[in-house]
Amino acid sequence: MKELFILGVVTTFTLITYYLVEPFAHHQMHKHVESEGFAYKDLPALTKKGDATRGKDLVMGAGACTGCHAIKVAGIEPSMDPATAAASYGVNPPDLSNAGAVYAPKFLATLIKNPAHALVLEHKFNEKTGRTFPMAQFYGAGGDMDQEIADMIAYLQSIAPKTEELTPKMAFETACGRCHAVHYEKWTQIGEKPKFKKKQDELAFETNLVNYQDSLKAYMGKLPPDLSMYIRSRGEHYIKTFVENPQNYLKGTAMPRVGVTAESAEKVIEYLEDAGDAKRHERAEVGMNVMIYMIFFIIAAVLWKKEVWRDLH
Amino acid sequence: MAHFEKATSVHDWLNQRLAIDTVRRVMATEYWIPKNINFLWAMGMVLAVTFGLLLVSGIFLLMYYQPNVATAFDSVNYTIMREVEFGWLWRHVHGVAASVVFLIIYIHMFTGIYYGSYKKGREMIWISGMLLFVAFSAEAFSGYMLPWGQMSYWAGMVITNLFAGGSLHADGLVEWIRGDYVPAQAFLTRFFMLHVLLIPLAILGLIGLHFAALRIPHVNNQDGEEIDFDAEAKKYLAGDKAGSKVIRFANDFMAKDMMVVAFYLFFFFYLVFFHYDFAMDPVNFDPADGLKTPAHIYPEWYFLWSYEILRPFPTDPGLIAFAFAQVIFFLLPFLDRSPNAVPANRRGLFKIWFWAMLVDMIVLTAMGKLPPQGIFSTIGLYAALTFIGLWVVLPFITKLERKL
Repeated sequence: MKELFILGVVTTFTLITYYLVEPFAHHQMHKHVESEGFAYKDLPALTKKGDATRGKDLVMGAGACTGCHAIKVAGIEPSMDPATAAASYGVNPPDLSNAGAVYAPKFLATLIKNPAHALVLEHKFNEKTGRTFPMAQFYGAGGDMDQEIADMIAYLQSIAPKTEELTPKMAFETACGRCHAVHYEKWTQIGEKPKFKKKQDELAFETNLVNYQDSLKAYMGKLPPDLSMYIRSRGEHYIKTFVENPQNYLKGTAMPRVGVTAESAEKVIEYLEDAGDAKRHERAEVGMNVMIYMIFFIIAAVLWKKEVWRDLH
Repeated sequence: MAHFEKATSVHDWLNQRLAIDTVRRVMATEYWIPKNINFLWAMGMVLAVTFGLLLVSGIFLLMYYQPNVATAFDSVNYTIMREVEFGWLWRHVHGVAASVVFLIIYIHMFTGIYYGSYKKGREMIWISGMLLFVAFSAEAFSGYMLPWGQMSYWAGMVITNLFAGGSLHADGLVEWIRGDYVPAQAFLTRFFMLHVLLIPLAILGLIGLHFAALRIPHVNNQDGEEIDFDAEAKKYLAGDKAGSKVIRFANDFMAKDMMVVAFYLFFFFYLVFFHYDFAMDPVNFDPADGLKTPAHIYPEWYFLWSYEILRPFPTDPGLIAFAFAQVIFFLLPFLDRSPNAVPANRRGLFKIWFWAMLVDMIVLTAMGKLPPQGIFSTIGLYAALTFIGLWVVLPFITKLERKL
């Protein structure tokens, strides 16, 4: 009885200390941002129902998307290599093959109409700074502009993989991969680093990458960080709420709102977990086995103590 | 030369050469421990087990860790955490044990203070224990440098800066310790050496001293009772085990120790697998960057109380207060002037002193982590002054104590 009381005292002081140094201190030191569930409430919802066939004509034709964007699934190859594209635009314009699956439709709609607004980058691209966002806004192709935008989104969705076909890697590459490297997954801003047979090829790749990164640095103000260990250094909640709107944490940052859907955000998180916490499943499994073993160990230890102490009392 | 008989068994062969029967008797079966103890008396064994875990996991980590500023971070977070089979397990065991070992050390220390186990012949147990605390602190700090993350780098910067001695401006000493103007390759390599060789050697030696210091005065008991160990041992050996006030170290005391160890390991492995974050600061998962100071720099939780004694004061008084906090616990057996070696609850004012000290150190720990602003800064200042004040009054209040 007395021992239980002593244990209670020790446990209480330990838990108070833990509470103060961990949850309480974190709460005091870090801003807490609630997730909006990737609803993008500030953006208007799509009102028109799109038609993919008409959308295709617009994307390929009057919308002029393919002047800058590749769409590999539709046979449209990029007009420039990443480094040259970055030298022109600051960052490589994304291939639109997966865009319909990765990005929220209402985000895409605003993006086409007014990119800087959708990306929450109006503090960077405005009349005062004299800078315009590299992607020209869409002024309509002569008809009902909202209908045209809905058609284009319908087309992008029709060529995009289904949600269940979208892999974590595809989601990450489309949403984050043109600015962020993840060297634990061999990912660079210009694509996955292949194995090279010849040193010349490797050096050419490296040169290309450095050129790309230089353009990106000039465009963003600094080279965006490598995200290999972000799942451990920032954690899931921070990453999600940051991606929802980077201005939540870093007012004035050059990082755009990415506009991913909630499902794609989960995929991005999974990709980052594979990079920075690759053994989490093994950890959970081994952990359970060890805990079960420990229960048997406790039983054996208690029985041994009782056996030895029987004569001592 | 001694006379050797032809051995009748392996046991006999060894016994003639190593006296294993005598060793066993002296170290285990007739090493007498008081019976009147509670689970807090098992903390020594819990610490030994935790140190064993640190040693074994450390050996495995050492096979893959690379003490190079360019590769250290990735050798931990990529090679060990992803490539090496069960590397993640060794790393989490090592990281969590490094934190938990301090929790147990603090419990062990406060147990000693509460039951007066540093008095009346037990001074060397206390002093060797405090030397172990210092050695473990150095071991923890040097180990914290090795992953070469942001907190490694900046904690290294801040702590080595303390050696400039404020207004003394001993910048040469700081450079000598770092081997460079800032923490860099020379710094990492030497802290690696300290962590894997010199300090572990010191710890092993000090553990030997700590155990040896225990042998003559014997372990204290729950009531501070002075036991005639020879008489009680005779009673035990004569068969009156229940009536004797002492028990054998092995298996009597060991059996109870192992029971506590079993419960402890359950808690420990729960932390390792399901709640390891508290021991591995997120900031340290960003690679070291000398051009990017983290928003908040704070040490691991077990150093926070002494960090907070440094922080609320101006530079020079702060350093003096910090130095005071580092050495004052060593002097406890001499500052406590009371003749009574009994639990604190029977010692009048010392009882209040004990709980005040415990609460004050928890307050310091909490404030040491929080940003030094507003109310936290004020609380921290008063808690630091209280800490110093408590030590100043200790000799006086214990002198007043009447002999029981």
